[in-house]
Amino acid sequence: MTDSNQPVSVSKDADVTADTARVERAAEETASTGGGLLRGSLGRNLGLIVALALICVAGVITEGDQFANVDNMLTVLRLASVIGVVSIGMTFVITGGGIDLSVGAIVALASVWATTVATQTMAEDTHWILLVGTALAVGIGCGLVNGLLIAYGPVVPFIATLAMLAAARGLAEIIANKRTQIVTVPGFTDFFRGDLLGIPVLVWIFAVVSAVGWVVFNRTTFGRRTFAVGGNPEAARLAGINVNRHTVMLYVVVGLCCGIAAVMITARTTTGSSTHGTLYELDAIAAVVIGGTLLTGGRGTIVGTVFGVLIFTTLSNVFTQNNLSQSAQSVAKGVIIVLAVLLQQRLARRANTT
Amino acid sequence: MTSTDNSSAESGALLQMSGIVKEFPGVRALGGVDLDVRAGEVHCLLGQNGAGKSTLIKVLSASYQPDEGTIVWDGKETALPTPDAAMQLGISTIYQELDLVPELNVTENVFLGHEVSRGGFSQRSHANRLVRDLLERLGHPEISPTRSVGRLSPAAQQIVSMARALSHDTRLLILDEPSAVLDQGEVQNLFRVIRGLTAEGVAIVYISHRLEEIREIGDRITVLKDGVTVATGLPADETPTSRLIQLMTGRSIEYVFPPRPETPRDHGDVVLEVRDLALAGVFSGVDLTVHAGEVVGLAGLVGAGRSEILETVYGARRASQGTVTVAGRTLRKGSVTRAVAAGMGLAPEERKSQGLLLDQAVYRNITVSSMNRFARAGFLNSKAERQRAGELTRSLDVRPPDVDRAAATLSGGNQQKIVLARWLMRDCKVLLLDEPTRGVDVGARSEIYKLVRALADAGVAVVVVSSEVEEVLGLADRVLVVREGVVVHEAPATELDESRVLDLVMEGKVA
Repeated sequence: MTDSNQPVSVSKDADVTADTARVERAAEETASTGGGLLRGSLGRNLGLIVALALICVAGVITEGDQFANVDNMLTVLRLASVIGVVSIGMTFVITGGGIDLSVGAIVALASVWATTVATQTMAEDTHWILLVGTALAVGIGCGLVNGLLIAYGPVVPFIATLAMLAAARGLAEIIANKRTQIVTVPGFTDFFRGDLLGIPVLVWIFAVVSAVGWVVFNRTTFGRRTFAVGGNPEAARLAGINVNRHTVMLYVVVGLCCGIAAVMITARTTTGSSTHGTLYELDAIAAVVIGGTLLTGGRGTIVGTVFGVLIFTTLSNVFTQNNLSQSAQSVAKGVIIVLAVLLQQRLARRANTT
Repeated sequence: MTSTDNSSAESGALLQMSGIVKEFPGVRALGGVDLDVRAGEVHCLLGQNGAGKSTLIKVLSASYQPDEGTIVWDGKETALPTPDAAMQLGISTIYQELDLVPELNVTENVFLGHEVSRGGFSQRSHANRLVRDLLERLGHPEISPTRSVGRLSPAAQQIVSMARALSHDTRLLILDEPSAVLDQGEVQNLFRVIRGLTAEGVAIVYISHRLEEIREIGDRITVLKDGVTVATGLPADETPTSRLIQLMTGRSIEYVFPPRPETPRDHGDVVLEVRDLALAGVFSGVDLTVHAGEVVGLAGLVGAGRSEILETVYGARRASQGTVTVAGRTLRKGSVTRAVAAGMGLAPEERKSQGLLLDQAVYRNITVSSMNRFARAGFLNSKAERQRAGELTRSLDVRPPDVDRAAATLSGGNQQKIVLARWLMRDCKVLLLDEPTRGVDVGARSEIYKLVRALADAGVAVVVVSSEVEEVLGLADRVLVVREGVVVHEAPATELDESRVLDLVMEGKVA
């Protein structure tokens, strides 16, 4: 029907219909009460807010002076920003029914490739835009390869991106010859390590990526298709969505995010290195999952992912302030992931059964 | 399989089911079924699709628990709380879809779940010997117990299934359309096996749509219709075909179909034209012309290739041959996106797994195929979406009318309306409906019938597939009868009746 056409109307007759209607309506009404709180956006993220608050309280109690000051807060945010950008991309892929294990390796490859181009090819004249452009192009390229393999191979996402993980990291080592390259491009470190309105540029980038991600996720046809493809690929296909093309696009998006993250980490450390981004895939997946995105696809939240990233980074900061080891942090991280997922399942089950 | 069986045969029935009732939300699948089976006989179960045969089997194998009724086994009233309990009594079922694990070998499959072992270690050679004996008893000593099942022919796989059934002390064997996957020689082989088993006193419940098979192998016939036993204990070799068909089709529920237009619509513009369409191994040589405003029905049995034809027309399966043309434009093979762009829409058979995004809001399910209309530069105007979706759900009387509710929370009939609303939103030229009223209650059915007719009146070309012959005849202007992947008959719906169609779909010679 076009907009001008009146929709075909079906007049109901027979008392039977009216009766069924009444029964159904009554059943539906009982079903809907009780789910209201969970459905609101505050309710959905309440658990995450509480968790973050608890970690902050722990920080204040144990090391109040070192923890609760503006500098430390900005440090936490700066640390969160790189993995945060990767996690935003990961949210898209997971909601779309996939997974990307190669994000860390892509970050490393993009950083190494970009610094090599910037330091070797044109030496002093190099504008830092070239470095940024190279990193983004490498990220997009890797994402495109992943996407094409997964959509048209077809290779299951787990395997395709596992292969990319190995290959991209290896290629990064070959290019860098396992050495760390120092970035001396004029302007680059000045800009990306600087502040804007008192807030680090890296944090601004994370904020902008999150905001753009949220809008694309929740307000565009691309986001809507992501939910459809992840929720029921067969139904999406039969509804006329080009599922293969969309899958490719999803991996390109996460690749682009990896490219951005590569620029950020290169600036933060002033180096390009094949060891950048190690285990980012696990950190990103963990943040996405505790944020409330369904690992099986079809349901996801950008806000939840941002909270997930902040929770892990703040936790790590509190542990460091208290001179606890990396290893202890890992244990805590594992426990949090399990608790968060168990809690999510309970909530989901309750929402389904009421 | 020993003397006890003979004594129970003398005393009457091995199995006696009476007044079995099974209800699902909104559907009464069995409304009082009686069935008695004697030891050593082949008892045939006959009925149309949806008559309740599968539900009855599942009650018998204890996959379902009946809501009412009694089951008397070997003279004692029995409850079958779990599938295992049924198996313990000696009831085994071989389903149409064989439930074998293709990667495992024959012996492993036969003893799946009750492996031959001592102290936790499997005893492979002993198990293989037992399986060899079973296969010999079934007349198939050539099947090797160590062969992996995935590499056997369908007929041999069926024998393995039967060996599995016999590895328990089976006294009643249920065969659900066993001949569907077999060619003529293999069917004769199967019959030989069945005769061997009945000679040993095993009772067989045999389900088939092929009347001539029933005549050949069957002893007595029970006919089901709309979940009720309409006749039982009919002699298989004497009961005339006309009587059986009459029993299967006599109506107890009357559906209200909207009136057809007074002038037939087969002279208008051709909207959908299908030429010589084929899908290798499933169907071939399908020609189909649908005019604007016309409803064409495809009748046939489950497995005849009806759904596959629709899905191939839609591009969801890649045709091995032939062309599909919509309003003069030939579509690219195997591209749903192109088909939708050309104005086709499909309401698929499996509404939940193929049609709906269950988790997501009703309005999103409706606009998923016409998102671009609500988007500017990729940004969606969800207010407009909700509003248009709301108009549609109100005019289709979807209940409840809340478009923000998840699709999963609606009843079957309302879910079907949502899938239809999706295509109404798009101004479809061709609408393909696969089992549009499956799982839909009686009231909502007539609403959907009316909606389909209203769509046709608005100029849409509609193709309907249904297992219910009556539905196809009542809804369609023209009917194509499909049997085993071939269109065997085409006629205006008014020139056909149910028994004629059933005759056409059942008279088929084996393979």
